[in-house]
Amino acid sequence: MKIKQLSIFLENKKGRMRNALEVLAEAGFNIRALSIADTSDFGILRLIVPEPDAAKKVLEENNFVVKVGYVIAVEMSDQPGGLSSILGMLDDSDINLDYLYAFVDEKEERAIVLLHPEDIDAGLEALEKGGATIIPSEDVYNW
Amino acid sequence: MIWNEKIECASREEIEELQLERLQDVVKRAYENVPYYRKRFDEEGVKPKDIKTLDDIKKLPLTTKDDLRAAYPFGMFAVPHREIVEVHTSSGTTGKPTVSGYTREDIQIWSEVMARGLTMFGLTEDDIIQNTHGYGLFTGGFGVHYGAQNIGATVIPISTGQTRRQIEIMKDFGTTVLIFTPSYGLYLAEVAEEEGLTKEDLKLKSIGFGAEMWTEEMRQEIQNRFNAPAYNIYGLTEIIGPGVALECSEQDGLHVMEDHFYPEIIDSQTLEVLPEGEKGELVLTTLTRQGMPIIRFRTKDVTCLRNGTCACGRTHVKMDRITGRTDDMLKIRGVAVFPSQIEKALLKMDGIEPHYQIIVTRPHHLDELEVQVETSPKLFSDEVKELVGIKKKIENYIQNEIGLRVDVTLVEPKTLPRSEGKAVRVIDKRELS
Repeated sequence: MKIKQLSIFLENKKGRMRNALEVLAEAGFNIRALSIADTSDFGILRLIVPEPDAAKKVLEENNFVVKVGYVIAVEMSDQPGGLSSILGMLDDSDINLDYLYAFVDEKEERAIVLLHPEDIDAGLEALEKGGATIIPSEDVYNW
Repeated sequence: MIWNEKIECASREEIEELQLERLQDVVKRAYENVPYYRKRFDEEGVKPKDIKTLDDIKKLPLTTKDDLRAAYPFGMFAVPHREIVEVHTSSGTTGKPTVSGYTREDIQIWSEVMARGLTMFGLTEDDIIQNTHGYGLFTGGFGVHYGAQNIGATVIPISTGQTRRQIEIMKDFGTTVLIFTPSYGLYLAEVAEEEGLTKEDLKLKSIGFGAEMWTEEMRQEIQNRFNAPAYNIYGLTEIIGPGVALECSEQDGLHVMEDHFYPEIIDSQTLEVLPEGEKGELVLTTLTRQGMPIIRFRTKDVTCLRNGTCACGRTHVKMDRITGRTDDMLKIRGVAVFPSQIEKALLKMDGIEPHYQIIVTRPHHLDELEVQVETSPKLFSDEVKELVGIKKKIENYIQNEIGLRVDVTLVEPKTLPRSEGKAVRVIDKRELS
């Protein structure tokens, strides 16, 4: 199961990330997970929010360039080697990973990794085959 | 030293008398031999015989670069082809280049005016002149070359580039006069320093520089770095090339070679001729050129003219160094760049917003060009490497168009300033005027 993710273009300048987050806060969107990729010129802010399409609309109304993409949420065993066994499943199927970010689901006391393989469907298939616990989007949105 | 004292120090009356005689001649030749001028004069209802005084030049129509471009390639020539011995062109960055044709006599004029100018810089037959201006269609290299050979100096026709070789030659050959564009000069100075060459190793007596705008601070820097006085050279392909006006030892403006080129200053809006001392657009008429006479050419360069006898003894009118343009042309590292070219390059990219801004700076003596482009949903990718690739692609498109390396910055939508009416496309932070 794939999870919708928002990617927002940001200039690498003071206050830019805050502007985007304020727009979401004012519209009442609670952020479930977040990561930022940055270069010297620009950054890409990646977010998981409960209503991604509505959030995209609000951001666009405020002049942000936004893309909706997909990531895969996988549960990790919270012990040494937890993440590497998941990455091993992708590696064994020769699937490249673009990026990942991880966080902890306190309610369920588990660690979760969000993965973005180059080929997302192939990645999903490899993870399922490897026996990884894939988390459905409703769960992610309702953390 | 004065190359041609008789004419360079002639009285105002003598100069004006000669100018009128030559103006009448060039107007007649242009009218009779160049269909473009016949048509324009007829449209304005002016005939060669109407030029009775120098002031009557105002009756003649102005010529623009577009007029010359429309005549591409040889439509402005006033002599049969066999009499043209050399052609040069402008860089052609805004479309078709303008072509300049020279007869044998024109080359002699060119070599005469450049010899006068180089003599102002102190060049004699004993000197070794290293000419870093490019040889080719660009007029810089050959103009300097002809002048220096006329004087009898030893010319090193090295052209621009091969910077380490330039330094080596400067040292081994004992170059006494250097010719460069100011920014290339400062680059040369940096490399010379890296190579461990000190001011004392150089035997420079003077420097001629031009083809770019500069500040007095830049001149000071050049003089200090090379331990020699630096003099301004002005010219343009359409008129003849370098040699239209050059600076004397006073370093206080350039003497216009008035017996060959007639200068006027106009208000670029009303097109009225402005009185002496007022700043405006320089308009030039070739008084003696045979191959391609040019009447009242709008240079778009902003300057002012000052009359009077110079402390150097010369009487020809002086013009200030160029401090601006009346169009939106930018000179970046000596290359003419128009915002429209950058726009053209951007339009090749699918998904680019029409909002962009060009920022010119000169952080370390060399011009840097940054183009800020607003991102659009179509342009945006979630992948850093893809986005970096898009940036590179835009940079390549622009570089192909203008021939200069640029730095593209992607900015957020609606962040570039919007203005009512004409957009502010260029921010020039070089502080040249």
